[in-house]
Amino acid sequence: MFPFGRFGLRVSFFITCYNDTLFPETGKAVVRVLERLGHTVEFPAGQTCCGQMHYNTGYQAEAMPLLSRFVAQFRGAEAVVVPSSSCVAMMRDHYPKMALALKDERLMGEVEELLPKVFEFSEFLTKRLGLEDVGAYYPHRVTYHASCHGLRNLVLGDGPMRLLKAVRGIDLVELQGLEQCCGFGGTFAVKNADVSSAMLAEKTTAVLNTKAEACTACDNSCLMHIQGALHRQRTGVKTVHLAEILAGGEG
Amino acid sequence: MSGVGLDPRTAPTFPMAAKAMLGDTQLRKNVRHATDVIQAKRARVVAEMPDWQQLREAGKQIREHTMAHLDFYLEEFETNCTRAGGVVHWARDAEEARQIIVGLVKASGSDEVIKIKSMTTEEIQLNTALEAAGIHPFETDLAELIIQLGEDRPSHIVVPALHKNRQQIREIFQRKMNLPELGEKPEDLADAARMFLREKFLRVKTGVSGANFLIAETGGVCVVESEGNGRMCLTLPETLITVAGIDKVLPRFQDLEVMLQLLPRSATGERMNPYNSIWTGVKDGDGPRVFHVVLMDNARTEILADGEARQTLNCIRCAACQNACPVYRQTGGHAYGSVYAGPIGAILTPQLQEMKHAQSLPYASSLCGACYEVCPVKINIPEVLIHLRNKVVQQNTAGVAGFFDVEAGAMKAMAMIFRSERRFRAAQRLGRVVEGPLVRRDGKGDGWIGWLPGLLGGWTQVRDLQEMPKETFRDWWERRGSNGN
Repeated sequence: MFPFGRFGLRVSFFITCYNDTLFPETGKAVVRVLERLGHTVEFPAGQTCCGQMHYNTGYQAEAMPLLSRFVAQFRGAEAVVVPSSSCVAMMRDHYPKMALALKDERLMGEVEELLPKVFEFSEFLTKRLGLEDVGAYYPHRVTYHASCHGLRNLVLGDGPMRLLKAVRGIDLVELQGLEQCCGFGGTFAVKNADVSSAMLAEKTTAVLNTKAEACTACDNSCLMHIQGALHRQRTGVKTVHLAEILAGGEG
Repeated sequence: MSGVGLDPRTAPTFPMAAKAMLGDTQLRKNVRHATDVIQAKRARVVAEMPDWQQLREAGKQIREHTMAHLDFYLEEFETNCTRAGGVVHWARDAEEARQIIVGLVKASGSDEVIKIKSMTTEEIQLNTALEAAGIHPFETDLAELIIQLGEDRPSHIVVPALHKNRQQIREIFQRKMNLPELGEKPEDLADAARMFLREKFLRVKTGVSGANFLIAETGGVCVVESEGNGRMCLTLPETLITVAGIDKVLPRFQDLEVMLQLLPRSATGERMNPYNSIWTGVKDGDGPRVFHVVLMDNARTEILADGEARQTLNCIRCAACQNACPVYRQTGGHAYGSVYAGPIGAILTPQLQEMKHAQSLPYASSLCGACYEVCPVKINIPEVLIHLRNKVVQQNTAGVAGFFDVEAGAMKAMAMIFRSERRFRAAQRLGRVVEGPLVRRDGKGDGWIGWLPGLLGGWTQVRDLQEMPKETFRDWWERRGSNGN
């Protein structure tokens, strides 16, 4: 796999709707890392949302046009990179089924062709490019939160941890209860706000116990949730997407 | 004697019921401790199986095949059970099942029954019906006995009294068994239960059981348990009445090889159950002289007809999903308003109600997937949850009511925004304007929102929300391109 790291790829970047709107720094970091590794980044301008929120909340009909939109924007891509496990899980787990439900044979074919080229950001680095050390420097105490979709749906395994371990200057500390959900769950966080809060309390306790300055993950959705409580409690601990750590350089 | 049953038709919504449970410190401590202990035991005995994933796949395939030919295997079971001297009854729903069982108990000439732990009898609230008919049911499973004496309700499929700790159980026994001096050691409690139950085993002439499996090939019925009290109920009474959902059938005796590995390891973290009882019809001079089986549908054929949700019926009631579920672990089982709590309850209960009740349950999950990961027959619970959410949305948005549904309105508006890049960018700009009045500066000078109105208020009850950045990624990208970078 190593030679892939040397040949520049044409990478189509799907930032996802909420990262575009709320976490542009993550997008910039992805671009920085990929360009530093010698790849060319493209940003199809018509992209919006993968449809996950609608699909997972029960609004399947509303998610259908977003599938066609995604395919139209990214068809023919050499590789699609997405800095969100849950959006990639949405595509892998549900797009083939959705295309089938639409009884659109052409779309089914396109989905089948496109999906193997769609990667979550850390997955692209470790599995597609075969990299661990991306030349980053981040002199801080950090703990890693494994998002459920990354852990169980994408089976990222220790990929993100291997990337972090290769970062210079980092003081990486393991989070207790790594496989426990943080309680975000999309609309779950507002529909079942009390239970979500109880789950979040366990997660923030675990984060605080690490005495880390920052909690990182492959999903800004979980991080927004965790950060919301860390800020409310004035803990001073921040959250930062994995891409932003990997984009960190010396000097 | 028993408390009011858990009835999904009258239960409060999950978020409301959960809120009450979250305030119960003792319950939360008990549930967390018990699920931690069972999960650790399960993890240990699953890890020692090199072929666990293949076993799961075999379990799934056996169950899928069974459901695809359910009519055939049920009739085969009926034929073989009848040939062995059993009497098979068919019940369309809970009401029919209760009538049949009450009739059979009366015909047996007894006004008392001893019961083996059975979630199916809880599902149909059999005890209430028996009591109304003047028949006294005695629960003989230790946990069910605790529930019955405590006028409580089951909160877990395998360990119904999981929400009670030893001290609470001791208090119930002291009060109900009239044993003021009873100690709190596990042996003391087990001794008290043994003394209390032994007399019932020897006296009561009619037993009622559920079933773990019905074996089509032989007409046999299988029950697994840890205490041996079930074995007493299966062997001592003159009349035995078993009630089972039609989903409990297995094609061949040999299929138990797979199931009796998957079930105990997943359920109680044991390599094998201490008591595995299989009986086929009746035998002269051994065990009950009269044996009835009530095969109950109670909405199971509706579930079977739904291609995407059909896998719900593959469940073998091990409760591994309950122990693994981060939602269940916070709330315990009662919040689900059903004898089937946790992830499996969240998909099974609304379907048993033909989606007419318990519509909040498919949303009682963060879709974290821990349930799917531990399920011994690989039921993709998150997938079914999403499918059922779609059914709920279709119900809520059907007809005129749909126009007044705030959530549906917001979702449809969002969908329209996402269908156009121009509208999406406009919405991003509008968002920054609208949030303005809610943003407060923190010490660092960053903007944060500490209060949100309406549906979003749930977020800000314990979380802040950072203000939207001044520039979206796509704006930055365009600026960067036009700067010639």
